[in-house]
Amino acid sequence: MKPQHQHDQKQMPPRPVGRSGMLGQLADFLDDRTGYRAVMHEALYERVPGGARWRYVWGSALVFAFMTQVITGLVLWASYSASAQTAWESVYYIQHEMTGGWLLRGIHHVMAQALVVLLALHLMQVVIDGAYRAPREVNFWLGLVLMMLVLGMALTGYLLPWDQKGYWATRVATNLAGLVPLVGPSLQQVVVGGPDYGHHTLTRFFAIHAGFLPVTLVLMLVVHLSLFRKHGLCAKQPIVRPDAMFWPDQVLKDAVAMLAVMAVVLGVILMPALRAMLEGRPIVPGELGAELGAPADPSLPYAAARPEWYFLFLFQFLKVFEGFGASGEFFGAIVVPGLVMGVMFLMPILGRWQLGHRFNVAFTFALLAGIGLLTAMATNEDYAALWADRGAFADVEKLLEETENDKAKIAAHFGNDAAKIAAFEARVKKLDRIRHSQSFLDAVALAKADAARSIELAGRPERIPPAGMMELVRNDALSQGPKLFAQHCASCHAHVDPGAPEAQAVLAKASAANLHGFGTAAWMRGLLDPKQVAGPAYFGNTAHKEDDMVNFVQNDLTDAATWKPDDIEAVIVAMAAEAGLAAAGTPPAVIEKGRGLVADGERCGSCHRFTPNETAHGSAPDLTGWGSREWLVGLIVDPTHERFYGDSNDRMPSFGKAEEAAAPILTRRQIEMIADWLRGDWYRPTGHAH
Amino acid sequence: MSQHDTPAASAADRRGFMTKLLAIMCGGLATLPPLVAGLWMFLDPLRRRGAAATFLPVTDLASVPDDGIPRQFAVVSDRIDAWTGFAAEPIGAVYLRREKGSDTVQALSATCPHAGCFVEIESQERCFRCPCHNSKFMLDGGMVAPSPSPRAMDGLECQVAKNGEIAVKWQNFYTGIADKVARP
Repeated sequence: MKPQHQHDQKQMPPRPVGRSGMLGQLADFLDDRTGYRAVMHEALYERVPGGARWRYVWGSALVFAFMTQVITGLVLWASYSASAQTAWESVYYIQHEMTGGWLLRGIHHVMAQALVVLLALHLMQVVIDGAYRAPREVNFWLGLVLMMLVLGMALTGYLLPWDQKGYWATRVATNLAGLVPLVGPSLQQVVVGGPDYGHHTLTRFFAIHAGFLPVTLVLMLVVHLSLFRKHGLCAKQPIVRPDAMFWPDQVLKDAVAMLAVMAVVLGVILMPALRAMLEGRPIVPGELGAELGAPADPSLPYAAARPEWYFLFLFQFLKVFEGFGASGEFFGAIVVPGLVMGVMFLMPILGRWQLGHRFNVAFTFALLAGIGLLTAMATNEDYAALWADRGAFADVEKLLEETENDKAKIAAHFGNDAAKIAAFEARVKKLDRIRHSQSFLDAVALAKADAARSIELAGRPERIPPAGMMELVRNDALSQGPKLFAQHCASCHAHVDPGAPEAQAVLAKASAANLHGFGTAAWMRGLLDPKQVAGPAYFGNTAHKEDDMVNFVQNDLTDAATWKPDDIEAVIVAMAAEAGLAAAGTPPAVIEKGRGLVADGERCGSCHRFTPNETAHGSAPDLTGWGSREWLVGLIVDPTHERFYGDSNDRMPSFGKAEEAAAPILTRRQIEMIADWLRGDWYRPTGHAH
Repeated sequence: MSQHDTPAASAADRRGFMTKLLAIMCGGLATLPPLVAGLWMFLDPLRRRGAAATFLPVTDLASVPDDGIPRQFAVVSDRIDAWTGFAAEPIGAVYLRREKGSDTVQALSATCPHAGCFVEIESQERCFRCPCHNSKFMLDGGMVAPSPSPRAMDGLECQVAKNGEIAVKWQNFYTGIADKVARP
């Protein structure tokens, strides 16, 4: 037996000492020089009054969750690059290309949420048990500080992928910080790392997230745990069962809790994989775990911006103060949360009285209930359209459209019956809520599509340019084409599949040709169809409605003596070939025949110029290279050019022509992206059919 | 535990042992996923291979005077660094040298075979010298003993096209060993 050194005041089971054998001798050697057995003994043989209980597991589960974040965070750190041009890119690389990156990032992301949930449970248990009472007040305060540190880490971590979601949420959070009296604007500028968001926002948030906060947290945690050991466990009263030791009874319960937490985290990550497997879809590991949105773009509206779910209540709470301006926001974002934290800091003092303790418990429950309610409200506002029956409001929508939301007309419709008007207005409000929710859901769907496209582009064999992902996204015809079209073309032109159910309604609103499938044989077939040429999909709503082309299609083309169906089909195919969009396997002979017919001075060539006939520009658009990228770009740049419509141009602006020292409406690149998008010409990953 | 002899005590011991074993197993199992995922991702670099050694155009014959003095040229190539694709970027340097009246060009990697520093040319002493540990090499890359370097400068395969264009097979070699072994 070796002499015992210290720490034998408590009655504890005898410590194992003086082993024989190689391992035992090595252990003795180490113990003599480090005293590790005493430390281990001290750590493991803590008395648990009344025996081990499940209700004591929350603290250990929290430490476990935090340690998981440290491990996963350090490895993520080893592959993360904090700058505006590399943050998204490096996270993409982690998530989609590094082995196990999706799993590691998934654990980090989901465990962060588990940490917040466990914090709430730990706090609740401490308050209910009155564990903040003397002498444990300081430890309770430390716990509250630890909670704020964890929430701070959650907030700062959200930005680091530099995707749309994190970027916009952080703009809101930092703007709220700017509301703090006196120091607000300076505080915001220090946190953001300058007057605007960029490299230093990321370096700072990263340093705060992975440096300042966790180091502070670990120091506080050490004090928190040693104070916990000093005061001992605050046992559930009355104690009926005999005391037990922390090891192994309570450790087993703690370990089971940890395992349960990890199982839930893994379950959340792997659930979509299981679903995919059951539905027979392929499992894409990069799509599991944490989401990665499209890269941050300050120039792009992002209506899907929401904080992480555990901050949703604050987001919703702030809506209460809408309409009160900055002072309202200051009140909602800083004063009220400050007061709530103030009350929580006072809990140990209030808890000295039995009534005070009851108040504390009631306050905590009320707070959690309030948070739950606000979260539910926020969720309901966003997702109501998923479960609401919009069809039930069809009459309301119809009336609103008919009356153009004119109050007088609506009143007249209801014969000025106040009760009926009020009932109608109540239904309008309900409909508005569904509409709001629908626009949020649409924004989410758009954000998902943008994210998927960004990820597709990042996987190109040429990889991401040194200037970063934004350069690729901003120059991608598939992402930018529809947005540019909506902004600059859609006020006149439709872009709708003629076979789609909503096609007729969309076409009725358009005042220029439907450009869906422009350049293809199908589009040309419609143009040369006597029934369609003067319809809304082609010239029906334009100044060309009664022009020569309509006349030609309706009268000349229907004359089977000069135009056999085969001839018309040959022209159609030849035009698609000019655009470079002819169907694969089209016989060259047919194309040649069509080209001949187009060039024929007695047929198309009488108005249109076409390469073989060397005439000057005709009275109608040049068909040489019709629908090709070059042709389409030229048309959008300047439709009034004599190569296209010349003087007979209807209303189309010259998008690429500088007018009287003013810059063109669109840049060359923007016009190219519209043309590429219309022609369906954009990057597709190999092995994916469009 | 040997001091407990009664059957009741040994049953309690067994129960205690099972509790301990279960506790360790559950705790270990819970910690495993982050550790495994972390190690898995941390070792990702082992999966990566450098670009295959290819002949890259460096310069033309006229730019390498036939005076036996090596000249330094940048090697330019497309390069992929993790997620970034660089187009036509300098990726390293070679020395090219031509003897009087000869049309064959000798190419030497500028990387010191000792520890990988950039070997410089000493025009006064007519030799190569590495600024890190003073390894010296002759102008044809041969060793000047005694030297910290375990081998002569690494020669690179070199092709001269009919139009005088010089291409060098760009390769990196393991440093610090006597044999010249190409990195994968």
